[in-house]
Amino acid sequence: MTDLRTATPPLTEGTVQTGAQTSAPVPHALQDHDVSAQGVTKSFGKTEIFSDVSFRLVRGEAVALVGANGTGKSTLLRCILGLIPIDRGAVELLGQDVTHAKGAQLRGLRANTGLVAQKHNLVPRLSVLTNVIHGLLGQHSGPRYWSQSFAPEEARVAAMEALEKVGLAHLAARRADRLSGGQSQRVAIARALVSKPRLLIADEPCASLDPSAGEEIMAMFFDLVRSEGVTVVFTSHHIEHALTFGDRVLGLADGHLKLDATAASLAASDLRGLYD
Amino acid sequence: MTNISSLPARYERPSALSFLGYAAGILIFFWALNGAGFSLEKVLSSPPRFADFASRAFPPNLEPKVLERLGWKMVETLQIAFAGAAIGVILSLPVALLATRGLIFGSAVTTTTRTVLGFIRAVPDIAWALVFVVAVGLGPFAGVLAIMIDTVGFCGRFFADDMEAVDKGPSEGLTATGARRLDIAACATLPASAPAFVSTSLYALEKAVRSSTILGLVGAGGIGIELKVGFDLFDYPTAMTVILMIAVVVILIEALSTWARKKIIGEQR
Repeated sequence: MTDLRTATPPLTEGTVQTGAQTSAPVPHALQDHDVSAQGVTKSFGKTEIFSDVSFRLVRGEAVALVGANGTGKSTLLRCILGLIPIDRGAVELLGQDVTHAKGAQLRGLRANTGLVAQKHNLVPRLSVLTNVIHGLLGQHSGPRYWSQSFAPEEARVAAMEALEKVGLAHLAARRADRLSGGQSQRVAIARALVSKPRLLIADEPCASLDPSAGEEIMAMFFDLVRSEGVTVVFTSHHIEHALTFGDRVLGLADGHLKLDATAASLAASDLRGLYD
Repeated sequence: MTNISSLPARYERPSALSFLGYAAGILIFFWALNGAGFSLEKVLSSPPRFADFASRAFPPNLEPKVLERLGWKMVETLQIAFAGAAIGVILSLPVALLATRGLIFGSAVTTTTRTVLGFIRAVPDIAWALVFVVAVGLGPFAGVLAIMIDTVGFCGRFFADDMEAVDKGPSEGLTATGARRLDIAACATLPASAPAFVSTSLYALEKAVRSSTILGLVGAGGIGIELKVGFDLFDYPTAMTVILMIAVVVILIEALSTWARKKIIGEQR
């Protein structure tokens, strides 16, 4: 595998980097962090997915997480949200420990986050508007938010505004299973943004789309998150996406974080080594 | 070129454990036949007796007065089936939420609920009818209660299985936003399970119609009592009329259910 360490420049101000391999936790002393992972290790049964992974996400930055299939990118994203428990280490989300958070505390943390998944994860038989209103469930629990028919006016307005941002307000009444792949992903983005989250996690958001729709979705997604100052961590198999849309790139390979560098300092050839 | 000797065997040789399993299966089969009094001699000697019954049962009794009486009994049978199945399906929804693993409640609640549902299913509908005849007296209401509890046992379990089998993606999407378990069940799991619920409910209705035709044998209403009286009084033509009516109605209900399943699920998926 290509030695990626030479590609890794210092992260940001306040970062002390030993060599270029930054899997050791390094404090970004001058900046706020939305996510801080320290020595995170995860196994499924006897198979270790990754070990001793450490990184921090600075507020407002977009971080690409890259690596070959099976390196645990999606698992790592879910560990950040506490959707999958970790075996060792610690994860702080928005300044609070996710590893030991339970019940209302964990829900409260997640209420400030959003997840955009590869498969859109919309509820197929419900309307687009209802699906977007569901994005508010973390902040407003109860039957009034189960369907757009019962939802309070402010929720309907917020959901319509989110749909306008992704250019699909005219499809608000359509059933989610009658949308194209690109439209579904736009609705998923609207659902993730409607609650005005501080952190968005996007797991291969354009993997199920054709190249042209994928480019369009990524461009729109990053326009929106940058205009709203949301911190984003996303996975992608497209090296160009990682370099174009990410401020920073994290690379997983062989169960370790092998790369942590600013996107501007990297070339596509630097990332190809992660897939060898 | 591939060497013939390197080709895999056409049939896999069973392991010693599999071989023992097959042998045990065959032994259990013959043990069951023996215990059930299976007799080839009786099978061979039965056609003349069956022919004798058929000659006495045909033609069926088609007198207008008899047909009218049996017709009203069949209406009552369908009323028992529809009422019992409808109440049972409605009650099954909250019960299924209690029984679905990983949805709202922990393993203590889901395991207990599934055990109770298993008990309900283990008791035959005719036994439930006997229990309710004792509890509420003779008549169709006992039949409605028997069908209802039988439907809860059936639909409660299968609704829960349907909910466990749905795509977990939408639920995960809502979990990631901090939604509560009840919200996730209502907004992601239940809508995704709805087509399966419709299919299961229609099957429960077919099952209820079949069951309700025999509940009369124990006094729980419906056309079953006419069948019993027919055989008890050796009035085979009337008994044959009842059998034919049951067959026609059950086949019709099954056809209607298949049509409705296609229509509803086909459009909603």
